[in-house]
Amino acid sequence: MSEATEALKELGAHVEAQRPEQVAGWHVTGDELTVEIRVSALPGFIAFLREDSQCAFTTLIDITAVDWPEREPRFDLVYHLLSMRRNQRIRVKCPVGEGELVPSITEIHYGANWYEREVFDMFGIVFTGHPDMRRILTDYGFRGHPLRKDFPTTGYTEVRYDETLKRVVYEPVSLVQEYRLFDFMSPWEGAKYILPGDEKAGEEKPGGGEG
Amino acid sequence: MGVTTGNTAGADKDHGARVLGEELADKGFLLTTTDDIINWARTGSLHWMTFGLACCAVEMIHGAMPRFDLERFGTAPRASPRQADLMIVAGTVTNKMAPAIRKLYDQMPEPRYVLSMGSCANGGGYYHYSYSVVRGVDRLLPVDVYVPGCPPTAEALVYGIMQLQRKIRRTGTIVR
Repeated sequence: MSEATEALKELGAHVEAQRPEQVAGWHVTGDELTVEIRVSALPGFIAFLREDSQCAFTTLIDITAVDWPEREPRFDLVYHLLSMRRNQRIRVKCPVGEGELVPSITEIHYGANWYEREVFDMFGIVFTGHPDMRRILTDYGFRGHPLRKDFPTTGYTEVRYDETLKRVVYEPVSLVQEYRLFDFMSPWEGAKYILPGDEKAGEEKPGGGEG
Repeated sequence: MGVTTGNTAGADKDHGARVLGEELADKGFLLTTTDDIINWARTGSLHWMTFGLACCAVEMIHGAMPRFDLERFGTAPRASPRQADLMIVAGTVTNKMAPAIRKLYDQMPEPRYVLSMGSCANGGGYYHYSYSVVRGVDRLLPVDVYVPGCPPTAEALVYGIMQLQRKIRRTGTIVR
C-alpha cells in the first residue's frame, strides 16, 4: 500500500469518527478518497472539511452530478475539494432524489455559485439559499436538462433566421440527415460477429487433415 | 490547388503592369471602367470582422500573422461590424449566439460578404446533432464562401479569401 493511500485511509477514518451521523461510508480507490454523505449533512459537512485542522479542504475544485435513471434516489451530487495545506484531495458524494432541494454551499465556498448554477442547468437539481439560481450555459428559455439520461441529444428546438419576420425564430427540431447509429460492430472496432459468407471460416474441416 | 487543365494563369501580369507603366509615363493618365476600379478597390480592402468562436479562431489568427500574412491582400481585422465588410465565422455557432451573430451581420454596411470557416460553421460539423448548436451558419446568414476543415489550415483560409476576391471580381456589384 502506498504512502498516499495510507494517509487517505487515515483521513477517511478521521472524518467518519468526527461526523459519524453524517457519513454513510467511505472508500479509497486508486489513491482517491470518496466519502458518501447524506443530503441532510450539507452544507455542514463541507464547512467541517474546511474548518477542521486535520482536513483544511479550503479549495473547491468542482461540483457536478451523475444521473442514474434506474436508481432511487436518482442523482449523485459530487463535490471535489483540495487541501493545499495537507496536499490531499477528497471527493464527497451525496445521493439526491428528483425534485429534492439541496442546501447551497455558497456561504462556505463562494466559488460554488456558478458550479451550482451549472448543476441546476444540466441536471435540474435546485439549490436553496443560492443568491442567483438560474440557468448558466443553455439558451434563454431552454427546455429540459441536457445531462439527464432521458434528454434527447438533439434537444427540442432549433434556430433559423426568418427572412419575412426579420429575426431569428425557434422551431421544433427536424433533422435533414439520418441520425447515425453506432452499433460498435465495425471490423475496425474489434466486433466479434460472422461476416456474410464467412460462416465456415473458423470451423474445422470434416475429416481433419491440413486445411 | 488541385489538378487544373489548360492555361488558367490568365494574362501576364508583369507585362500588363509594364504596358500600364509606359502608358502612364506617355500620357499621364490611365483609362479603366468604374466597375473595374470599384471591384479592384473592394477586393483589395476586405476588412474582416474578428468573429472567432472556437479553435478555428486560432487558425484565423495564424492567417493574420506574418507567415501567411493576410494583410498583404489588403485585408485588415476590425473589431466593429460597422467598419467591416467581410465576416469570417470561425467556429461553432450556438443557439444562444444566433440572434447576436445576425444582429452583427445586420450592422455591417453593404456590400458585405460572409465566409464560413470550418465544419461547425459549414454544417454543424461535430456538433450536428447537438441540442445547443446551429446546424450551419447558413441557417442565419447568406454565406459566400465555405472553407472546409476541422479546423481549416491558415493556408486554406487564405485560399478561401482569394476565392472570395475572385467572386467579387466576377460579379458586378453596382446596381444599375
